[in-house]
Amino acid sequence: MTILVWIDHHRGTVQPASWEAVGKARALAGDDKVVAVVMGQGVDDVAQQAIHYGADATYLYDDAVYAEFRYEPYTAAMKDAVSENDPALVLFPATTRGRDFSAFFACSADLGLAPDAQDVRFEDGKVVAKRPVYSGNMIATVEVKTTPAVVSLRPRTQPMPEADASRAGEVVRKGALMSEDEIPTKVEKFEEKEQGEVSLTDARIIVSGGRGVKGPEGFEPIRELAKVLGAAVGASRAAVDAGWISYDHQVGQTGKTVRPDVYIACGISGAIQHQAGMRESKIIVAINKDPEAPIFQIANYGIVDDLFKIVPALTEEAKKRLGK
Amino acid sequence: MKYIVCLKQTPDTAELPKITPEQALKGNEGVTKVMNPWDEYAVEEGIRLKERFGGETVAMSVGPDEVDEALKSAIAMGCDRAVRLWDEAFADSDYWSMALILAKGIEKDGGADIVLTGKMSVDGNAGAVAHGIACKLGVSLLTQVAKIVEVGDGKITVERLLDEGRETVTAPLPAVISVVKEINEPRYPTFIRIRKASRAQIPVFSAADLGIDPAQVGAAAARVTWTNLVKPEPKKREVVIIEGDTPEEKARKLLEYLIDVEKVL
Repeated sequence: MTILVWIDHHRGTVQPASWEAVGKARALAGDDKVVAVVMGQGVDDVAQQAIHYGADATYLYDDAVYAEFRYEPYTAAMKDAVSENDPALVLFPATTRGRDFSAFFACSADLGLAPDAQDVRFEDGKVVAKRPVYSGNMIATVEVKTTPAVVSLRPRTQPMPEADASRAGEVVRKGALMSEDEIPTKVEKFEEKEQGEVSLTDARIIVSGGRGVKGPEGFEPIRELAKVLGAAVGASRAAVDAGWISYDHQVGQTGKTVRPDVYIACGISGAIQHQAGMRESKIIVAINKDPEAPIFQIANYGIVDDLFKIVPALTEEAKKRLGK
Repeated sequence: MKYIVCLKQTPDTAELPKITPEQALKGNEGVTKVMNPWDEYAVEEGIRLKERFGGETVAMSVGPDEVDEALKSAIAMGCDRAVRLWDEAFADSDYWSMALILAKGIEKDGGADIVLTGKMSVDGNAGAVAHGIACKLGVSLLTQVAKIVEVGDGKITVERLLDEGRETVTAPLPAVISVVKEINEPRYPTFIRIRKASRAQIPVFSAADLGIDPAQVGAAAARVTWTNLVKPEPKKREVVIIEGDTPEEKARKLLEYLIDVEKVL
C-alpha cells in the first residue's frame, strides 16, 4: 500500500511539518512505497529533499501555473498523482495551506478526511487517526471509510526524520495539467512577513507571557530571552485581549495549539483554556509570583518569583551557558 | 448582490472544558450554546458587504429547532433574514454531506454572489465545510481571508493571511470565502435589532424540499466515523520548584535542569 505525501513549500521554502509527514509515512509504509508530491516552479531541490527525508520517489509538477498555491491547478495535479499511484493514504502536513488543500482535494475526490490529526495508523486495512476536537478538550478516534483516506498531520506531533543525502529515488517530472487561461484564480501580490520571527507551531522552544507581563513593554524581556534561546514568542489570551501583543502569538483554545520541547510560561496563571493549547509540550516551565497559580500543576519546573527579575537573569545566564 | 453566511451553533468556548465525551457523543452537551465564535466574523463581514456594496445578507444553518437561537443572533447583528435546513436524515452527516446540504440550501434560496463562513467550529475543529460548499457549488474558494479589498465586475479581490505573509488574490464570483479573526471586530446587536430578531420567522427546509436523497447524507453515508472520544490524558508531571537566594541563582539552576538533565536547550 503506497502512501502519498504532499510537500508544503512557499516559493521553495519547505514547511518542516512536511518532512515529519514523510517520516511518518516511511514508518507506516515499511517496505511499501512512499511517494512525495511536489508542485511549484523550479523546485527540483524540494523534490530531491523529499527523497533524502525518506520518500522512494517524488512526483514533481513543475510549471509556472504552480508557482503560487491555487486550488484549481493543485487539485488537478493531486488527482493525477493519486490516479497514477493508487495510494491507501494521502498525507498532508496540517499547516495552514496543508489543511486548506487537503480539505478541498478530499471533497473534490469524494474522500474521507481526518484533519489536524496527532497520530495515524492502519488497523485491519483501515486508516484510523486520532485528532483533537472541542478545541483541544477531547481526542476523537476517527476511522476513514474511503480508499484512499486523506489525513493531515499536526506539526510537531511526529519525530523529524534525519535527511540522508545519499538516499536515491526517482523524480517523475510532470507539467501543467491546465493552462493559465483555465485557472480563474489570480494571485496579484504577495507581501512577505517580517523576517526573524520563529513560527509558533514549528517552534522547539517557546517563551510565553500572560497577564503578569502587565503591558506591551513587559514583552520586551520575554522577546530578549526568546532571541537568546532561538525561541518563538507566545502569549495568553489575557495579554492578547489587553492589546499588548498581536493575536498571531496567542496560544490556547482560541489561539494556536503548540507542542514545543520547552514551554516557558511567564506570568501566565494557566487557565484551562490556555492549557488546551500547550499541555502537550514536552517540558513546561512556570515562572509566576503566585504559588497557587494552576500553571504549577502542569509544570515540570517552577520558579515562584517576579518574572521581571527572573526572565532577565535567565537571558544573561543563557548567554553564558549557550555561548552567545 | 446577495450574501449568504453559513454558520453553526456550538457550545460557548468557556463551557468547552466542562463537556464530557458521553455528552458530546449524544449530541447534547448540556451547556450554553451560542453562534460558533469564529462565525461571528463571517456574519459581521456579510453585513459589512451589504453596507459597502448593497444587497441582502442571509444567515443559514443546519440543525434542529434550537439552532434558531444562533440564527436570531445573526439577525440581531444585522442579517436581513435566516434560513434553517433540517431533517432527521441530516443527523451525524460528515463534512461533505453537510457541505452538500448547505449547497442545496443556497441553491434553494436562489443562490448567492458571496457565501461566507468562519475558519472552523470550536467543537468539530475541521475547518473543511467552506471547502466542501465551494466544491459542491463548483465556485471559487478563498480561504484565510483577512480583508475584502474589492467586489465588482463579477470579481472579488481579497487579502489572504499565509504563514509566510499576506497574499492578494482575485477570483470570479460567485465565491465562497472563509474569514479569519483579523478581518473585523464583530458588532454588538442593538436593542431594536434584538427585538426584530426575536419576532423573526425562520423557514425550515427538509431533505425533500432541498431535493436531497436521504441516503446521500447522515451517519450511513459518512466517509468518516468517530469510533471513540476521550478526554486527553494529562501528562504526569511532578513540579520541581527551584529555590535560590537570588534571581541569578534560580536562573542558573533552571538552565542546568533544562540543558544538562532534560537536554532540551
